[in-house]
Amino acid sequence: MKIKGSQIIVESLIKENVEYLFGYPGGVVIPIFHELYHAPIKFVLSRHEQGAIHAADGYARASGRTGVVLATSGPGATNLITGIATAHLDSVPLVVLTGQVSTNMIGNDAFQEVDITGITRPISKHNYLVQDIKDLARIIKEAFYIASTGRPGPVLIDIPVDISNGMYDFEYPKEVSIRGYKPTYDGHPVQISKACRLIESSKKPIIYAGGGVVISNAAEELRELVKKTGIPVTTTLLGMGTYPETDPLSMEMLGMHGTYYANYAVHNSDLLIAIGARFDDRVTGKISDFIPNAKVIHIDIDPASVSKNVLVDIPIVGDCKKILKEMNKEIKAPKIEEWVNELKKVKEDNPLQYEMKEKGDIKPQYVVEQLYKLTEGKAIITTEVGQNQMWAAQFFKYTEPRTFISSGGLGTMGFGLPAAIGAQLARPDKRVIDIAGDGSIQMNIQELIVAAQHKLPIIIAILNNGFLGMVRQWQQLFWDKRYSHTCINFAPDFVKLAEAYGCVGIRVTEQKEVDAAIKKALSITDKPIIIDFKVCKEENVYPMVPAGKTIKETIMRELA
Amino acid sequence: MSQHIISVRVENKFGVLARVAGLFSARGYNIDSLAVSKTEHDDISVMTIVVNGDDRILEQVKKQLNKLIDVIKVSDHAQSSSIQRELALIKLNCPAAKRGEILQLAELFKAEVADISLKTITFSIKGHTEKIDRFIELASPYGIKESMRTGLVSILKEKD
Repeated sequence: MKIKGSQIIVESLIKENVEYLFGYPGGVVIPIFHELYHAPIKFVLSRHEQGAIHAADGYARASGRTGVVLATSGPGATNLITGIATAHLDSVPLVVLTGQVSTNMIGNDAFQEVDITGITRPISKHNYLVQDIKDLARIIKEAFYIASTGRPGPVLIDIPVDISNGMYDFEYPKEVSIRGYKPTYDGHPVQISKACRLIESSKKPIIYAGGGVVISNAAEELRELVKKTGIPVTTTLLGMGTYPETDPLSMEMLGMHGTYYANYAVHNSDLLIAIGARFDDRVTGKISDFIPNAKVIHIDIDPASVSKNVLVDIPIVGDCKKILKEMNKEIKAPKIEEWVNELKKVKEDNPLQYEMKEKGDIKPQYVVEQLYKLTEGKAIITTEVGQNQMWAAQFFKYTEPRTFISSGGLGTMGFGLPAAIGAQLARPDKRVIDIAGDGSIQMNIQELIVAAQHKLPIIIAILNNGFLGMVRQWQQLFWDKRYSHTCINFAPDFVKLAEAYGCVGIRVTEQKEVDAAIKKALSITDKPIIIDFKVCKEENVYPMVPAGKTIKETIMRELA
Repeated sequence: MSQHIISVRVENKFGVLARVAGLFSARGYNIDSLAVSKTEHDDISVMTIVVNGDDRILEQVKKQLNKLIDVIKVSDHAQSSSIQRELALIKLNCPAAKRGEILQLAELFKAEVADISLKTITFSIKGHTEKIDRFIELASPYGIKESMRTGLVSILKEKD
């Protein structure tokens, strides 16, 4: 029986067990929305397409499932671009459906026409322009498959309105066969054995775990490996939670604003075991001085990540979970007591710290610490980008994967609030807190109404310092303190703003009020809460390895 | 920096050329020559790309090419292990008085006369890149009005 293209789309989404669809209507997608009206898919109407795609991204990261987005042609599609690039750089599985003008109008500068497949080519894992309705179901099936397998990423499908309005027989394909796309999952057994032997003979090994461990759900296998070998672990920003940061063997996060002990451990290691990580410049600093004495084992599903920035001695291409399982079968513990003791000492001597004053403004780090204590570390944290993101990474201790959700690769301001909406929908059993700055929160503030509409008890903790703090910090340290256009103290009243959106607003101006405000927020379970923490204006994030510098040039604290 | 000849077998679909070219242009690499054609299979095209660049970066580009969903196979064609040809069309100034010596030069290179007019002569020449380079060099004193080349095509030698 022939059905409409728009029905094929909705039926295909149902076949893919899509729970939530995030999006925004528009002219050429009316046929699809027409079918969604009665469909058993929960539609989350954003107030800007960027909000929709970040929400789908937050949903995907919190749940491990594929996020799905629907927007119209032209501006609807271009508003998704930052979200597509965000998901692409952090390997988040998304299927993005955009409407397009009718096939006979393409290339005609028609109303609301843009070449969105052309625009998104370098920022998506793959994309499609549907030209024939007979391909529609197959393309949707392939898109879900490509988005969620191998190294995941966003896949866009551009659907002209005449395809949605056309008629065709619906049969959803059971299998996918793409000859140019066959990800490798099983690690090469010889490479795995070689890696085990190298680890066993190492004196100063360190595990460097990244977002790939989260994506492949390999936290359990990673913990098993550490249990068997006693090797200390540091993680990237996106790898946080894969190994409990409360454990003595955790060196916590490495990199530009990582802990001193994590960077010390990596720099002085004789063997770096990279698992699902890609040697980003924010991790390595000056690459020639990154690991002067270490051999490198690199486990990653993406062959293009291997030996890209750092030459690898033993590459193992495949799925982290499968490879770690194999390693755990045969690996024996190396003799590294001396090294572990050395690192424990470095960790004790160089803790993350900030200066607490008895009087004066609230310390932003203190706010994050209290959020950690009062939630007993059980919340899901999303972040914006900048100082708020780094303090959220440093002072909240993550013990489970998928509990820290942040735009790592692209560094997208305005990500945290919509991502919190997606994460809260995916995990109604958890408290979701967006740790925000007063700059970033204003970038997608319109999504607050979506959180209120769905009665989501998201806590938005604004670390309000009246500055675009991270840029101001760089201006202070490297640009002669010329605070060019980073002061944003002409700001909205966030408490009134919360109320205008049907949320609860709390202002905190003194340190002693911090706990009570957090407790009050935690007691509210049916609407979003904004807490406007008026924090120190010129607090900096430390330690800091300046861009392109080495660990020896780490700035540990405020210079007098 | 060294010259690389990369042969890429791809799905014969619209947009694939843009994806492949994008990987080079995003790194600021100019493609020296590019030839795209059908193959023995209707649904597979082959692209022969000649590019100059740093070995390690090109290694990375090849891995990125392999990641493209529509790319079926990427191979490096070294001079020694492959057969390579290109074709050029060259239009020379050629007054009647010079015709004899120009035709003599063309004969040495087995260049064919494709067109002739009162003042010009157009040759078609095929072969190795170096042979065509040399012909152009020797013909240039007569005045080249227009010249163009197809880009290299390359096929691997069969091993016995």
